[in-house]
Amino acid sequence: MPSLIDVMLEGRQVQQHRPWPRATVDASVWTFAASELAQGRWSLLGLWGEPSTVHMAIMDGYAADIVVVSLDCPDCVYPSVGKHHPPALRLERTINDLFGLSAEGLPDTRPWLDHNRWGVRFPLGNRINALPKAPPYRFLPAEGGGLHQVAVGPVHAGTIEPGHFRFAASGETVVRLEERLGYTHKGIEGLMIGASVESAAQLAGRVSGDSTVAYAFAFSRAAEAALQLVVPDRGIWLRALLAELERLANHLGDVGAICNDASFALMHAHCSVLRESVLRASNTAFGHRLMRDIIVPGGVTHDLSDEGKEIIQMALDNVRLRFPALVELYDNTASLQDRTVDTGVLNPALAKQYAAGGYVGRASGRSFDARRTLAYPPYDDLRFEVPVLNEGDVNARIWIRVREVEQSLSLIDQILDRIPEGPPRARAGQLREPREGMAIVEGFRGDILVWLRLRDGRVERCHLRDPSWFQWPLLEAAIEGNIVADFPLCNKSFNCSYSGHDL
Amino acid sequence: MLLVLLLAPLLTGFVRKMKARLVRRQGASVFQPYRDLLRLLRKEVVLADNASWLFRVTPYVTFAAIWVAAALVPTFATGLLFNWTADLIAIVALLGSARFFLALAGMDVGTSFGGIGSSREVMIAALAEPAMLLFVFCIALVAGSTQLSTVANFMASSYVGLRVSLGMAMIALIMVALAENARIPVDNPATHLELTMVHEAMVLEYSGRHLAMIEFGVFLKLLLYISLIACVFLPWKIAVFGAGPLSYAIGAVAYLVKLAAAGFFLALFETATAKMRVFRVPQFLGAALMLGLLGTLLLFVSKSF
Repeated sequence: MPSLIDVMLEGRQVQQHRPWPRATVDASVWTFAASELAQGRWSLLGLWGEPSTVHMAIMDGYAADIVVVSLDCPDCVYPSVGKHHPPALRLERTINDLFGLSAEGLPDTRPWLDHNRWGVRFPLGNRINALPKAPPYRFLPAEGGGLHQVAVGPVHAGTIEPGHFRFAASGETVVRLEERLGYTHKGIEGLMIGASVESAAQLAGRVSGDSTVAYAFAFSRAAEAALQLVVPDRGIWLRALLAELERLANHLGDVGAICNDASFALMHAHCSVLRESVLRASNTAFGHRLMRDIIVPGGVTHDLSDEGKEIIQMALDNVRLRFPALVELYDNTASLQDRTVDTGVLNPALAKQYAAGGYVGRASGRSFDARRTLAYPPYDDLRFEVPVLNEGDVNARIWIRVREVEQSLSLIDQILDRIPEGPPRARAGQLREPREGMAIVEGFRGDILVWLRLRDGRVERCHLRDPSWFQWPLLEAAIEGNIVADFPLCNKSFNCSYSGHDL
Repeated sequence: MLLVLLLAPLLTGFVRKMKARLVRRQGASVFQPYRDLLRLLRKEVVLADNASWLFRVTPYVTFAAIWVAAALVPTFATGLLFNWTADLIAIVALLGSARFFLALAGMDVGTSFGGIGSSREVMIAALAEPAMLLFVFCIALVAGSTQLSTVANFMASSYVGLRVSLGMAMIALIMVALAENARIPVDNPATHLELTMVHEAMVLEYSGRHLAMIEFGVFLKLLLYISLIACVFLPWKIAVFGAGPLSYAIGAVAYLVKLAAAGFFLALFETATAKMRVFRVPQFLGAALMLGLLGTLLLFVSKSF
């Protein structure tokens, strides 16, 4: 079995790419890598474009080795990965929408993010005028007697993010679900081009509001890797504190929200109160409820005072006091268990194939957690467990969250205990030559990948890949055979990001 | 007849307030449903292009049917204005026709949600109505009449005693009432999730005064069922026809207390339960049907049950 190193040696290694290597390869190696992905030996971490290059990040799960392979495509054509490895399909459609690079042999050539409302095509590549009239988007057919279609969204009855879902149902049973996303495309990758590192970090923090810390964290780590900037210890520990507070707040909110979708409002009310207590503590300690714009390349902008420490500790004590009772309530409410157990089962093989991160993967037997597998600081120095379950149903996804809340509580305790003194931030020097950096950080949904190239202190190209890219397709698989009325429950238990995905 | 019209929104407002308090929320005022109705009545109606006359007529038809049905139930006294026509079977029929029109209207515009809502509603109704009828038979066998005033008078008298069949009928009626009023665990009246709705999905296309009529119908229906349960199974202090004004006053106060208690228990139950899967609903209502049937059978076997 060839290792990733062999792939690298086939190509020409790019200098100044950190911390993992990047190599420019030819089409045959590219195709070979795609077929290895399809065999399930490696997992796909990301696939993104540049005006005349495509990049693919691959991970070898056993060795925790990561490489980026790049393929120059001056003719705007490259061999499709999605043809062999379905998780790449939507990524390749996106590359086509944004850059006009087409994947040869791609089975699905419909646009993905581009709804023909931008007034321009290929905004990041060679721009051309938009089509005068968009051809209608054809949903995948489902044929058979008695099937009917249900179209939901993009505008929903509640105030949630926009996304369109097309169900083909036989009575109440879902035969096929197809998602259509892209309604919240903000052009963040376009805005990043030419931005200074500081403003790019702010942009990164606005990709997905509930993961603002994780995005800023990932972007900063990538920028620091590129600039070879050393972050002071206190800054490193403070970042982990911020990330865990965000995870804690989001998981608490999610547990309640999932129960609310089974019309169990009691849980929602109590969990919301707990989430709010964490957010308020964050507000007092760091000056922002969601802790936006606090992590920057070089460290953090807001140091933690002793008073802030105490307030966080109080919020934790509150959660620790009340959360176990709520978990018990969840576990003992038969009518609720009846809804969550065995609903929306995600096959572990699919979770592995799509390299699904976060609770989606961990509820289906995939133990990957960037904090453990890649052990970026300070997590290499902290004790925590990565909970894994194999059932893959809504119940399992709730339990993973519950366990992670407990782990986050313990992590925050350790951090508050052992946080070193010192300055929280280092200043970056200017570097003129191009530098490339990459980082993977565990957000509450899963692993966020950021890849960037800096030149003259400005961002030349930055790609941000949300964990939802590999979770949305799995939702389609998980809902199959369930009833239409259970979709909101499954959807909430996945809780994929629309904003982070549409970018 | 006016009384039910005035009380119905208050009852719904009270249940909502209780539910909010139970999950530690402040909750809207108990008078909010009145304001909602006024607001809806002032708003213009948005109609789908392909809506037929049926779609426009249905809100009034359903409202009228439910209103008449609600007025037939003796609230605080028997022998009220309309009570001489108050036949239980007539009430069931009125409610059934209201639902029939609403289900038709749900499918009229041709949106998928309306279709889903109608099909689920009819599925529920197909089981709830027989259960309701069995309850009627059970009561009729005991009281010797399907006339509600007579039933209430009989129940209030001391001839009844403790009967197993009546207990079964009561449980069956409560289960039917939960299903018919689209409450948890069958349906969630407060949901924003289109895909899980039953009743709400059916009326998703309505707006303005049409929606006000339908909402009002829903309020009335809740009041109707609670009044029905109260007058058949808990007829204490209900004023008998021809009694003095004092006993009417006592009857009215007792009625309000019963409504409040029922509203509170409803809120408590809804807070403590999650919604069941759509396909569990037939089992739930099947149980109600069986209970009604058993009650009736027991009465056939022996008069003393």
